[in-house]
Amino acid sequence: MSYNVNEKGYYGEFGGAFIPEMLYPNVEELRQNYLKVMNEPDFKAEFNQLLKDYVGRPSPLYFAKRLSEKYNTKIYLKREDLNHTGAHKINNTIGQILMAKRLGKTRIIAETGAGQHGVATATVCALMGLECIVYMGEIDIARQAPNVARMKMLGATVVPATSGSKTLKDATNEAIRDWISNPVNTHYIIGSVVGPHPYPDMVARFQSVVSEEIKSQLKTHEDTETPDHVIACVGGGSNAAGAYYHFLDDENVNLIAVEAAGHGVNSGESAATSVLGKMGIIHGSKTLLMQTNDGQITEPYSISAGLDYPGVGPMHAHLYASGRAEFIAITDDQAMNAGLELCKLEGIIPAIESSHALAVFEQKTFKPDAIVVVSLSGRGDKDLETYIKHFNL
Amino acid sequence: MMNRIQHKLNEDKKLLSIYFTAGYPSLNDTVSIIESLENSGVDMIEIGLPFSDPLADGPTIQASSTQALKNGMTTEVLFNQLKDIRKTVSIPLIIMGYFNPMLQYGVENFCKKCHEIGIDGLIIPDLPVDVYHEEYQATFEKYGLTNVFLITPQTSDERIRYIDSVSNGFIYMVSSASTTGAKTGFGDEQLNYFKRINDMVLKNPQIVGFGISNSETFTQATTYAKGAIIGSAFIKHLNQNGISTIPNFIKSIIS
Ligand SMILES: Cc1ncc(COP(=O)(O)O)c(C=O)c1O
Repeated sequence: MSYNVNEKGYYGEFGGAFIPEMLYPNVEELRQNYLKVMNEPDFKAEFNQLLKDYVGRPSPLYFAKRLSEKYNTKIYLKREDLNHTGAHKINNTIGQILMAKRLGKTRIIAETGAGQHGVATATVCALMGLECIVYMGEIDIARQAPNVARMKMLGATVVPATSGSKTLKDATNEAIRDWISNPVNTHYIIGSVVGPHPYPDMVARFQSVVSEEIKSQLKTHEDTETPDHVIACVGGGSNAAGAYYHFLDDENVNLIAVEAAGHGVNSGESAATSVLGKMGIIHGSKTLLMQTNDGQITEPYSISAGLDYPGVGPMHAHLYASGRAEFIAITDDQAMNAGLELCKLEGIIPAIESSHALAVFEQKTFKPDAIVVVSLSGRGDKDLETYIKHFNL
Repeated sequence: MMNRIQHKLNEDKKLLSIYFTAGYPSLNDTVSIIESLENSGVDMIEIGLPFSDPLADGPTIQASSTQALKNGMTTEVLFNQLKDIRKTVSIPLIIMGYFNPMLQYGVENFCKKCHEIGIDGLIIPDLPVDVYHEEYQATFEKYGLTNVFLITPQTSDERIRYIDSVSNGFIYMVSSASTTGAKTGFGDEQLNYFKRINDMVLKNPQIVGFGISNSETFTQATTYAKGAIIGSAFIKHLNQNGISTIPNFIKSIIS
């Protein structure tokens, strides 16, 4: 079985491009060009150069000794938190801004939830001198003030999404509407492995540098290129896609996808899409989707704004349906405790998204000699306020 | 056999089609709105099945959809409201909605139900023509439904020809690159585009949508096209004046 996209843009039965005709020329232009552009030697050279000198790659693969002792297994942290702007998101925005330039686009739009992708997009737009408009739910603007300020400092215009539930899904709707209205000069930098084909595949390829590095770094540490387990949190699924990418076809590698259970999978306040979702269409992709029986998209909940998405990328829907990846749901409390534990044991303050991945160690036992790689997708600076409130710090 | 849409398209006149969101302003206005539109001289009606995330729609239709859902509109409720509609209404009726609610209802069930009620066609903005052609065309045709596709000023001639070949009613010509209700009025750019499409001599007539709000824009839009669709302007009228003044609104366009 293949876990990669097929020539029609599907992962198994998931994916495709369910877009209004108004978007067809934009998406088709991208579809026809993305692989060609990504394979051009000077594109690769520029991408790799920026990842190295600007982002700070390769990010370390750090053996977490005290955490490993506590859970009696070998835990490595892939330190995406050390990237410029503090998360894996910038791997994708660097790739897409170079793509946009190759396609002759002069105006960039993006959606953002917590603001991490918005900041990463505003950053690369500043770097390239391109106009940047970021759509962000009105509610998220209020609860993520520091990231709003960052985007503004970087020269971006932040436009509140006031429709629907006024969060990430609505910000994405607004970005898509903007793209409909600006079909010629604008590129939409989507922030995860979601949206119509070819976005999930393109974003996964830009993020695949993560597992490429894991392989060579493990070789140094452990004299093997393959871990036994790779753990990553899943919002839309981009950090997971990057961490899994080069291991997808090696069934010896156990892939663990961690979703946000919010207050509990059955609490009515959750974002565990694989459990709560059914096949449906969101933002142009056929995938697992949280929705009513009548097909209206419902609002997810998680303490972590980055995992608060009612769908999941089509690659992950396929990994779930095919049984290739193991899906685990982690509650707000479990994630927060795991985050605090990493601070105490390793001196690293993780993003709350990443804390969900770390919480797996309380739920599942690994063999003492197992090599377990955790995608530490981001740093916790943006989440201080939430940590402060949660722990009464 | 021709259905009501195809018959209507053969009439020697410019056609006015009206879009409204089912369940808005009030849940049970659907039938009254349809009857009033027919009695006022409207040629065709697009009944909007509201969706939580209407990507191709601007603020007016978004707001009416949100309100309709709050009012309790669902696919099942709409079908119930429409079950006797053919006892009183004879003009073509089209359901316009996004694909996900239809997918959840079951595409075949949805088509079957439309056929039983006397719905003549569907407009599904996020069901791409190639997916329709490969997976659903046979089902739609089995139930005698006309599926209507959109084209825009950016659609290539080659793709327009392809869409024309798959269509069996009319082509929905989106007037400019925008969501619904964003712009009103037409400039040379749009008029040239309408003419360019007209000059392609397609098998399916074109009906213009997006940006038509009054008698002037209706006349402009139909200079080179078979008809025009009014949506957001009608919703705004309902919002401001309620459903009792529908005849006045229609008269102001086609008196
Ligand atoms: C640090 C971090 N991790 C994970 C995510 C979730 O996104 P994805 O599933 O695409 O990696 C986000 C999203 O904002 C994030 O900021």
